[in-house]
Amino acid sequence: MGTLARAFADALGLLWNMEPALVEAVVLTLQVTLIALVIALVIGVPIGAAIGLTRHLPGRWLIVPLIYTGMGLPPVTVGLFTYLVLSNQGPLGGLGWLFTPAGMIVAQTIIAFPLVVGLTMAAVQGVDPNLPVQMLSLGATRRQVATVTLLEARVGVTAAVVAAYGAIISEVGAVMLVGGNIEGETRVLTTAIVLETRKGNFALAMALGIILLTLAFVTNFAFHRLQVHQGVR
Amino acid sequence: MLTRIMTFVLAVLLAAACTGGSSNGSRVLRLATTTSTNDSGLLDALLPTFETEYDARVDVVAVGTGQAIALGEAGDADVILVHARAREEAFVAEGHGTARSDVMYNDFVIVGPIDDPAGVTGTLLASDALAAIAAAKATFASRGDDSGTHSKERLLWETAGMTSDPDTYWYKSLGQGMGSTLGYANEVGAYTLTDRGTFLAQGESLPDLRVMVGGASIDENTDPALLNPYGVIPVHPDKGGIDAELGNLFVEWLTSIEVQEKIETFGIDSFGQPLFYPNSAPWRSR
Amino acid sequence: MTSAYELADVRHCYGDRCVVDIPTLEVLQGEILGLVGPSGAGKSTLLRLLDFLETPTDGHLTYGGTRIDGDVSLADRRDVTTVFQRPMLLKRSVAANVRIGRRLRGLDTKDRGTEMWLDRLGLTDLADAPARTLSAGEAQRVALARALVVEPSVLLLDEPTGNLDPYNVGLLEEIVRTENAERGTTIVIVTHDVFQARRLADRTGLMVSGRVIELAETKGFFSTPQQPQTAAFLRGDLLI
Repeated sequence: MGTLARAFADALGLLWNMEPALVEAVVLTLQVTLIALVIALVIGVPIGAAIGLTRHLPGRWLIVPLIYTGMGLPPVTVGLFTYLVLSNQGPLGGLGWLFTPAGMIVAQTIIAFPLVVGLTMAAVQGVDPNLPVQMLSLGATRRQVATVTLLEARVGVTAAVVAAYGAIISEVGAVMLVGGNIEGETRVLTTAIVLETRKGNFALAMALGIILLTLAFVTNFAFHRLQVHQGVR
Repeated sequence: MLTRIMTFVLAVLLAAACTGGSSNGSRVLRLATTTSTNDSGLLDALLPTFETEYDARVDVVAVGTGQAIALGEAGDADVILVHARAREEAFVAEGHGTARSDVMYNDFVIVGPIDDPAGVTGTLLASDALAAIAAAKATFASRGDDSGTHSKERLLWETAGMTSDPDTYWYKSLGQGMGSTLGYANEVGAYTLTDRGTFLAQGESLPDLRVMVGGASIDENTDPALLNPYGVIPVHPDKGGIDAELGNLFVEWLTSIEVQEKIETFGIDSFGQPLFYPNSAPWRSR
Repeated sequence: MTSAYELADVRHCYGDRCVVDIPTLEVLQGEILGLVGPSGAGKSTLLRLLDFLETPTDGHLTYGGTRIDGDVSLADRRDVTTVFQRPMLLKRSVAANVRIGRRLRGLDTKDRGTEMWLDRLGLTDLADAPARTLSAGEAQRVALARALVVEPSVLLLDEPTGNLDPYNVGLLEEIVRTENAERGTTIVIVTHDVFQARRLADRTGLMVSGRVIELAETKGFFSTPQQPQTAAFLRGDLLI
């Protein structure tokens, strides 16, 4: 109990003092996570919407189970795969992205992508099947039908964003492997927590955990406010 | 039909979960040790004998040195086996452990990229090599995790008259285990301090690294500062929930001449040289 | 009168099943045409063809004097709109739903049209309410408002008042009648309620099994049906 209490006190102390190492880790965490999230959304939402909207998609029998499997990929396996691809012996070794934030972004994008596609697809499929006909009757182009459907599915699409964000901000295995936890270069909150735990600094590790949770909460809070503003409870 | 299959699978899973907890005999010894010790494979080779002889199960928790010691302090382990002399003595002095016993030692080496940009191959003393690496601003990878290896590394920097853990671009503080640190060094061509055992065990997966300082085997290690002694300490029974008797039996067993002989030969088959050297009191006075 | 639509040898089949079989049909511009008949007669499918939601498997339509071959132009598509029996409303406010047609056409949504239609259909108080919380009658009024806001040349109604109370039935019929009278909008209304057809339509047609059995001026259709099937239907006999 003493450790937990100290952890909360330490967390406040760290935040108050704005330790440069902590600030570095927080900034890098946000950078890597948000960039990976945006890339996954930009590519994943249109694909998920397309799969959800296309009624007679060839290969649907294979594509959908693949997406669902992708949603459950062990992050550390993704990390290992990314490591092997980006390593000097790997096909993309020339990029020099291993042990850099760029490599970490690649790994996290791979983790987030199936979540975005799968949940967007499900959200779009959940929209009333009469909607396209009604919109066409009101004069919508095919593209407009897709946009309106996506907007109708906004609750589910938002869930996709939130799920993907939650998955990657708390992820540790992949970013540890691909980033290397190098101080000042690739150390994020999660890998810092692992390190402090290994060093036996449990209170500090817990404090970092509290900060990470706070970070996640603040973003999700803002997100939900946006949803409510849009008229969705 | 499907319902019946599902029920069967569920029943099997539940049964497996229930029996998981009580596989072995009566007692459990919780041993906290370091990742490098565990990664060497020594414990996997030795422990079955202990388990059979004393009808017990040894739960090995392999973590960083700091964490292993913290587990001992919290009473979450019965015995600790680490290689950080000063911290071990403090552990006993502060009443967390009953007594410290020598077990074995191994050595550290400095490894580096084949092209050796800092020109340190064959340097006699590790601290001199570090000075050369710093002068050349060659990339150096550090464990950065307060482990026994990291502590040794800091000591060597200080012996060379330099600040340890420098905040500079060529010094990479990884905060990871030995295996990962070596992997990093191999990948980017960096120098690092490693225990010989982990380096040998990783073998072919480190094709671009060579031993720079420390020689081909411990006999050839020219720097006494690179020696790495291990200590075993039973956790003090005052903490409650400690199997003190089993802990003491473990220490007795580990320092016995029979087990020390096994330590002496461990690794010869795989690497042509032993990874550890027995050093217990009974062994020394045999 | 010029024709809004001319159908020639139009058949629409799903595999072996042909649900519409019309050798010839003319929908006159500015008329209210009522279509009655038993369930499954193909009336809804005919409306889908008129709304260009599907292309007939055989034959062709002529719309506004131009024969339709292949794709219908967006302009023509936007000339026609349908009010279905169950309105598909978006998860937005009532006002936003009414505006959707103008929004799709890229038109200014702050015009008076939306306000006017909300008012005419008694929806002003509900303008900001979420559309999903409305009763059936209120929802159908929204559907009619959003259809008329875009000022279509042709308004198609597929059983628009099927499960509504008399007040809403009366209101919606009044709006349809006025729209036709004031703007000359061509209206085709499919209904199970023969009395509704009698109240609203200029001409009424009976469809059975995909075919138009009889099509005549409403007065004559009801008082002196020419076809035995029409007489049977009006009597309430089951038609196969």
